[in-house]
Amino acid sequence: MARKLLLEHINVPGINTLDVYRQKGGYRAVEKALKTLTPDEVVEEVKKSGLRGRGGAGFPTGMKWSFLAKPEGVPRYLVCNADESEPGTFKDRYLMTHIPHALIEGMIVSSFALGANTSYIYVRGEMMPQIRILERAIAEAKQAGFLGKNILGTGYDLELYVQPGGGAYICGEETALLESLEGKRGNPRIKPPFPAIAGLYGCPTVVNNVESIAATVPIINDGGEEYAKIGIGRSTGTKLISASGNLVRPGVYEIELGLPVEEFIYSDEYCGGIANGKRLKATVAGGSSVPVLPANLTLKLANGDPRLMSYESLSEGGFATGTMMGSGGFIAFDEDQCIVRNTWNFARFYHHESCGQCSPCREGTGWMEKVLHRIEYGHGKMSDIDLLVDVSKNIEGNTICPLGDAAAWPVASAIRHFRDEFEWHVKEPVKSLDTNYGLANYAEPIAKAAITE
Amino acid sequence: MSDKVKVTIDGITVEVAPGTTILNAARQIGGDIVPPAMCYYSKLEGSGGKCRTCIVKVSKGSEKDPRPMPKLVASCRTTVMDGMEVMNITSPEVIEARSGVVEMLLINHPLDCPVCDQAGECDLQNLGYEHGLQKTRYEFERRTFERIDIGDKIQLHMNRCILCYRCVFTADQITNKRVHGILNRGDHSEISTYIQTAVDNDFSGNVIDVCPVGALTDKTFRFKNRVWFTKPIDAHRDCPTCSGKVTLWYKGEDVLRVTARKDVYGEVEEFICNTCRFDKKKTADWVIEHPTHISDTSVIASNHYETLKPLPVIQNNEKLKEANRIELEKTAKF
Repeated sequence: MARKLLLEHINVPGINTLDVYRQKGGYRAVEKALKTLTPDEVVEEVKKSGLRGRGGAGFPTGMKWSFLAKPEGVPRYLVCNADESEPGTFKDRYLMTHIPHALIEGMIVSSFALGANTSYIYVRGEMMPQIRILERAIAEAKQAGFLGKNILGTGYDLELYVQPGGGAYICGEETALLESLEGKRGNPRIKPPFPAIAGLYGCPTVVNNVESIAATVPIINDGGEEYAKIGIGRSTGTKLISASGNLVRPGVYEIELGLPVEEFIYSDEYCGGIANGKRLKATVAGGSSVPVLPANLTLKLANGDPRLMSYESLSEGGFATGTMMGSGGFIAFDEDQCIVRNTWNFARFYHHESCGQCSPCREGTGWMEKVLHRIEYGHGKMSDIDLLVDVSKNIEGNTICPLGDAAAWPVASAIRHFRDEFEWHVKEPVKSLDTNYGLANYAEPIAKAAITE
Repeated sequence: MSDKVKVTIDGITVEVAPGTTILNAARQIGGDIVPPAMCYYSKLEGSGGKCRTCIVKVSKGSEKDPRPMPKLVASCRTTVMDGMEVMNITSPEVIEARSGVVEMLLINHPLDCPVCDQAGECDLQNLGYEHGLQKTRYEFERRTFERIDIGDKIQLHMNRCILCYRCVFTADQITNKRVHGILNRGDHSEISTYIQTAVDNDFSGNVIDVCPVGALTDKTFRFKNRVWFTKPIDAHRDCPTCSGKVTLWYKGEDVLRVTARKDVYGEVEEFICNTCRFDKKKTADWVIEHPTHISDTSVIASNHYETLKPLPVIQNNEKLKEANRIELEKTAKF
């Protein structure tokens, strides 16, 4: 059984209440950090732990914290990004629903480290139950003296607020989130300046994912070095993976980074294999915005080594044969799933969620969606496939925020790896409406796939 | 160390003040190397970064850190560093990416130039000629909106809008409240005022001037004439609210339209008030200065009006003759 840090007590009845959470060792980290450590020492521990941002980009959290500007007389803010809305990702919601105090405790420790006296949890508007759960948990923590003025008699003040968003995917982008938190239209800001210099209300701000903040609790409890022992290489610690799709047991799993992908999919401890005895066709390893991979490249690297669940191993091979860790939204497709339809579905999502601020994303996402719709419904042309590649290339890298890239990558990668399926849709417009292309050669040994680029 | 920083754009070096953007540094050099800008407007705080037509390649970050920037950057929002090297028209990558952006801007644009009042002085039209394809690759219905009147003098034609946000920044700048903004999201977002009421401000007409396309048009000029048949004349009047420095657009002896004076990048020099713009449309209201200098590449210049006989109004009026002495002498030479 692998080590669990975040979800260790998830099955304890009543873990969502303060009393049970404390019985299981909760709020030890707050006491340790506030009473025995200085803020800089907390930052140092997080740096030592090698914790990387769990929201998608994988930027080292400790380094992000040390970039925070600290001008005199200007407040600093910590904002927790709980606007989880990436298709395929539901780990933060799970964490907030079942063990909200882990997030609150992490928020207190992190705010202390950053010297923030006001912190916000920006929760996606659709997550109304979670907002209520968090507010109840905050009230409990405040009652017990973990929040408010002079916490545990240490002289440190912290107010924690929950802010519901309007339910826009774009507000998960950190600068759009800050705009939205300020009460403006959720458009991403143009960087620089980065939030660490001028964020919320023009003050230095750190924006972290729910899981990154919760992960600071075990780091402080056990020490950064202890945390860094888990995992592999620069991917340290444990990660929550939201597994969905055609799996025997989909759900949220806490894994030690470095677990082989094959073991994650097929072992009984985790997903238990592909449902209904079918075969794996493709996976999206980190939420809808990362490149989709065929089965053979999911399980093995291009050189034949097994692929591991870690930031480095998943992105091994670049965009030609690799993908990304992303936010850990692991979607598996069995042999009866249609990649064209799935790509269209993702494109439709990005079309709907583009903020419309910069032209390539505003116009390009809609264009890709329309072309993909046409191919899926049997009106496509061969030239459409190259057109899609071209449009995705024109969006990628030319936009203000990463949403443009996130919209372009799934389309570009689907065509890169599953081009024959797209071509089949064009050639067989009638047949493709009610049958599927099937597994084809997507699960065949790697040597063939390695040449695809 | 001097307080100026050196930046090289397409091989031309210029010294600029620290904090200048690449675009403004390029404008100090001038000429073909200036990246086109559809959303950036030097007079509007916070504008820029949205249209992505001004993207350039930074091939050398600075003297201290010579690494190139990983992505193409928006030159209007990227400040120069000492020793920075920028490639605009010398980089095929930039040209390709820019024509990609222009294509994106055009796919939902109605291309109704033949009936659009902006034709002839439209930034998008110029950009389209320069970078656009001959034929669109977009084979779907373009998005459409109903026309909206913003007050009795301005009409919003959302179909043509490229969502540059310039008018939003203008409205933010002239009023204290957020009365004019964007509704909805993505490619169905639209410019709107609060429940379609007029922006109640003396300077609201400037949204027409800042609009790079024909989305915001002057209802007092709508369908009156093509701009290249009209002759721009700089004039001024003693206005209590604004500087009163304007360009009058003449057809024959009639003033068809009044706009602010625009510089070579299509940006107004000074914002003018609605009285000057919409109400003062008689020659008698104005002191005529001289014909506006229009770039030779503009379709408006195809009229050769600067070398034509001076307008009848000028020939018949002693005061105006004096004001236009230089122009008249120039004409006499021909």
